[in-house]
Amino acid sequence: MVQFSDEQLKKVQEIVARYPDGKQKSALIPVLHLAQETFGGWLSAETMDYVASLLKLEPIEVYEVATFYSMYNLKPVGRYIFEVCQTGPCMVKGSDDIIDYIKSTLGIGVGETTSDGLFTLKTVECLGACGYAPMMQLGKHYREHLTKEKVDGIIAELRAKAAN
Amino acid sequence: MGRKLLLEKAHVEGIRTYEVYRREGGYASVEKALKSMSPDQVTEEVKKSGLRGRGGAGFPAGMKWSFLAKPEGVPRYLVCNADESEPGTFKDRYLMEFIPHLLIEGLIVASYALGSERTYIYIRGEYAWIVDILEQAIAEANQAGFLGKNILGTGFNCQIYVQRGAGAYICGEETALLESLEGKRGNPRIKPPFPAVKGLWDCPTVVNNVETLAAVVPIINIGGEEYAKIGVGKSTGTKLISACGNINKPGVYEIDMTISVEEFIYSDEYCGGIPNGKRLKACIPGGSSVPILPANLLLKTAKGEQRMMNYESLADGGFATGSMMGSGGFIVLDEDQCVVRNTLTLARFYRHESCGQCSPCREGTGWMEKILKNIETGKGKKSDIDLLWDIQRKIEGNTICPLGDAAAWPVAAAIRHFRDEFEWHVNNPVESQHRNFGLAHYADPLPVPVTA
Ligand SMILES: Cc1cc2nc3c(=O)[nH]c(=O)nc-3n(C[C@H](O)[C@H](O)[C@H](O)COP(=O)(O)O)c2cc1C
Ligand code: SF4
Ligand code: FES
Repeated sequence: MVQFSDEQLKKVQEIVARYPDGKQKSALIPVLHLAQETFGGWLSAETMDYVASLLKLEPIEVYEVATFYSMYNLKPVGRYIFEVCQTGPCMVKGSDDIIDYIKSTLGIGVGETTSDGLFTLKTVECLGACGYAPMMQLGKHYREHLTKEKVDGIIAELRAKAAN
Repeated sequence: MGRKLLLEKAHVEGIRTYEVYRREGGYASVEKALKSMSPDQVTEEVKKSGLRGRGGAGFPAGMKWSFLAKPEGVPRYLVCNADESEPGTFKDRYLMEFIPHLLIEGLIVASYALGSERTYIYIRGEYAWIVDILEQAIAEANQAGFLGKNILGTGFNCQIYVQRGAGAYICGEETALLESLEGKRGNPRIKPPFPAVKGLWDCPTVVNNVETLAAVVPIINIGGEEYAKIGVGKSTGTKLISACGNINKPGVYEIDMTISVEEFIYSDEYCGGIPNGKRLKACIPGGSSVPILPANLLLKTAKGEQRMMNYESLADGGFATGSMMGSGGFIVLDEDQCVVRNTLTLARFYRHESCGQCSPCREGTGWMEKILKNIETGKGKKSDIDLLWDIQRKIEGNTICPLGDAAAWPVAAAIRHFRDEFEWHVNNPVESQHRNFGLAHYADPLPVPVTA
């Protein structure tokens, strides 16, 4: 069942308190982030309905928002998501090669997840790291100045982390 | 060495902490403004400084502040635009990451001037780790008594909150940002009414860029007139430029707008020239939306004058032969880069980011991407180039928000200045798949640098 912990519910209350009375709808985007982090990295219908009830919104208000923003995953994803930027400045610095390399190393296409459920590959548009290209987002942080060797290192690091 | 007002202290050890920031003279502008100036005097100082919005449009900040409606009993809001998603732009990130207290300080002074008791920083969702940095800085400022109730005993109350977006370039457009902050899809609003009258939750609101708000700190510290003496003409003060692409030293530079484009690209103080002895082909000087310029027009204006790194000079010649300062995202392309391919990635970006409200933008961005893709992959026809031109003309000016224009301009400029390269692709569908067009007549007018 989808249910925040007491601590998370306190966090939701803190978020709601950032806005004037009656404007708790503003908490929707931050609370969806929290929900996605908590419930398996994606937003199921059940999760979205739960968020709607928490914030006293109609479920449709939540679906509308969840489908608009690219950071919300509406399907299950792997444990680690490689979000590789492919816009102009990164392309100039070889992002296509990095994407191809990840595809062949992991044996998956863009938008796909490895069969062990560990890795998902996504391509994204400019993440504000153009001077440190090529780059990808990995969870909360960026991995920049990517090379094939660095990609190998990241994959090994995450496999080791998952094994523990 | 140009004067630095924003990043001067960015590399002092520990400057992210309140303690070090304060020791280095931080929060002096809050003390000065709140204790010795009225809110209107602060606005007046910003007006005198000539500071222009650093988010892309370059609108005078003091003027924007003075337009804020002040009806009795209605709250007013200041919202800091930290959505930073224009390809090529990563300056706000740098400022927030390395010297977060500078932004917080600027926000407190601006909130005082505008009467905002709840001030929001709307930050792009992907900058997740910077949220922690900012929240830490806000907590420290609260602890030190620069935020909260009755700040410095002046009776002014203010709190700053960080709101994370969730991935949508359009939320950088100020009215889409406000929609998003209200918990909705980021669909831009029809203007008027402008946010200064009806903004966040229908209340009067000012939206300013991160760098604009940070610049308020030196303006209050040294005075508007003094600030206006730095720079040239209507390009006052300093500007952060994020430089990327084919240069030796990508990064964020603070310039005082009196240097030339040539110096910016080739001097070791800034971009450090182009790697591997390659020559300059083209540059998008102000973020992906502004017109791309071939090397010859980038370094010199059509009149043959040295082009300078400031608002007026970059725009010299209009869209026919000039470009724009935009957001300060400086993208350099060397002789090996393909303009068609580069334009395609930008067209894809705008198609992906269109909110879909207006047909010309929603449909037009999709068509442009498709046609460019055909040309790039050797399936283009000669008539496609005119068709592209036609589509971009039909988008520009016919949409609710400027994203439509922003999508049209890069395509228009690429065809305007690099038409022969597009034609070459169409006429050489096989060859264009394994080699690039190169430099042609817009060749780098500088001699090939001697490299070891
Ligand atoms: C599609 C689009 C995206 C924008 N993105 C940003 C952005 O990421 N950051 C920003 O400060 N301004 C952005 N702007 C400009 C804002 O609408 C607004 O003009 C700006 O935040 C005002 O601040 P300033 O006057 O301090 O520049 C964007 C505008 C458009 C049309
Ligand atoms: S121009 Fe494009 S992004 Fe702007 S409102 Fe219209 S459809 Fe949306
Ligand atoms: S283009 Fe990849 S981070 Fe900007």
